[in-house]
Amino acid sequence: MTSTPTEIAPAAPSPLRRLLPGAPAGREARGSTLLRHLAVAVFVGTLVVLVTNQLAPYQNLQVARVCAFLCVTAGHTVLVGLNGQLSLGHGALMATGAYTMALTQQALDERAVRGWWTLPASLLAAVAVTALGGLVVGLAAARLRGPYLAGVTLAVATLVPAVTTIFTGVFNGEQGLPFPAQTPPAALGAYFQPERWLAWIALAAALLTMLLLANLVRSRFGRSLRAVRDDEVAARLAGIPVARTQVLAFVVSAACAGLGGGVYAMLTATVAPGKFPLDLSLFLLMAIVIGGLGSLAGAVWGAVLLVALQDLPGLLTEHLSLSAGLAQRLEGNLALAVFGLVLIVVMLAAPGGIAGGVRAVRARLLAALRRRRATRSPDR
Amino acid sequence: MTAVLEVEALSCGYGPVPVLHDVEFTVPAGTVTAVLGANGAGKTTLLRTLSGLLRPTGGRVRYAGEDLRGVRVEHLVRRGLAHVPEGRGVVTELTVAENLRLGGLWRRDRADARRAQDEVYELFPALARRRDHAGHQLSGGERQMLAIGRALIARPRLLLLDEPSLGLAPKVAAQIMALLRRLRDERGLTVLLVEQNVRTALSVADQGIVMSLGRVVTAAPAARLRDDDQLRHAYLGF
Repeated sequence: MTSTPTEIAPAAPSPLRRLLPGAPAGREARGSTLLRHLAVAVFVGTLVVLVTNQLAPYQNLQVARVCAFLCVTAGHTVLVGLNGQLSLGHGALMATGAYTMALTQQALDERAVRGWWTLPASLLAAVAVTALGGLVVGLAAARLRGPYLAGVTLAVATLVPAVTTIFTGVFNGEQGLPFPAQTPPAALGAYFQPERWLAWIALAAALLTMLLLANLVRSRFGRSLRAVRDDEVAARLAGIPVARTQVLAFVVSAACAGLGGGVYAMLTATVAPGKFPLDLSLFLLMAIVIGGLGSLAGAVWGAVLLVALQDLPGLLTEHLSLSAGLAQRLEGNLALAVFGLVLIVVMLAAPGGIAGGVRAVRARLLAALRRRRATRSPDR
Repeated sequence: MTAVLEVEALSCGYGPVPVLHDVEFTVPAGTVTAVLGANGAGKTTLLRTLSGLLRPTGGRVRYAGEDLRGVRVEHLVRRGLAHVPEGRGVVTELTVAENLRLGGLWRRDRADARRAQDEVYELFPALARRRDHAGHQLSGGERQMLAIGRALIARPRLLLLDEPSLGLAPKVAAQIMALLRRLRDERGLTVLLVEQNVRTALSVADQGIVMSLGRVVTAAPAARLRDDDQLRHAYLGF
């Protein structure tokens, strides 16, 4: 440690700093966290919009799917990584959001209610209903730890799709619920690619989720989340209501999953229980672990992986001449096998996931750069 | 002198195993009270019961005249009762600065919470130097300082300290005791100190409570405990 007295002396906090909620003190503080995140979101948003203008319909749909999954993985990684509550049921929460979206859209369509606001209203309903579901699971979860919590959420993951096949009157069983597809507004021109429009909506949802979560994890609540994860006794003694923090984390995470589920349903304009099998919940968990648990950047990696690996069997059968039987067998299992393998490799090579690996490489590069600069100008 | 803490016929245990039996004592305001005793005397259990981590099976605890029954742990801190548990109380994954901010998370008056942070850095220059280091990178002494610092952010009236000298070099332990004396004299802080290291504890305490097998056997001014050879031999082992 080479610390000079000037470093130790606490910097006088500017009166403005107190007005900015949750901005970290000390070295990290460079302007407002909110503004910084907003700038990043605007930049990334513009970039993706520009890219989608160049893409073919199917690729745009993939972008949209990544964005939909990003809503889910981001909320999931905050819950599992930052709050330490293991949820195997996020696929079911996604399904809850998707079905709420479908039912709301259907109901509005039957009553011939039209307008640009129906989509945000349906998504909002999806978020609200899923958050409520998250509250119920979260209340149970706050009393459970580790494997017991995993068990309960696993039950939720298998239960929710089953419910849709039991109450066929409402959910229409295995066939699922179709609802009117989103069409681009007329202002964009008659020949505007519909998939591009879907990608934009999904992008907006993903950016909103990321923005909210990025600010949340740097706020007081974010610190409470981590404190509860690491040491419940210490957190309680520091005056943090442990159970309430855990329930709230679950609600926030569920709300994100609901939004993602709603957007996911919107992309195909239909929901069916077959889209939300138990596998999906496991995939989601693996995706955030591979991406880097507790890191929002890792959630992006996870979402990309989820979409990429779902398409992998299709790509293989397309480019390699495989027998029909083998192709069919690959179709169902290849993604799971590859995911498992990647998980093992990542855990061995970079326990911090992809995001952690990227961070380590960047730190090493920066250190090397600094060393080179130091040797080049020794007189300073 | 008013009592900050009054313990009346307190009993507690783990499941069917009773540990504390009718414990009674009072802690006067602005004093350091040492709870002494051998292993298994129930000292840590006593502190855990006082701070609400364990539910008493009988008796009651009054803090500043109020009955503490049914008050949740996280609310006790807000009332000014801070507990630094044995070997714990630091969230090792968070940095020093984050841990200190944790202590003030619930506080409305953020400006004062920040001032309290600066005061802690003043009290422990070692912490200021390690501000951005994670809890698990700290030495034992630094960790203990951080735990105490975290408790002090809440501006407590009563500080419960469990074995602060455990595993520390005698010099560091002495520093912590000196700090307690300073906090008592300058801020009027009341301290309830659990210690196995009797010499260390009595160097700072005003009053001593000797426990044995879950009961209070003696409560006396610290000077008397130091000088009374019989007591020392019987319960304190030196």
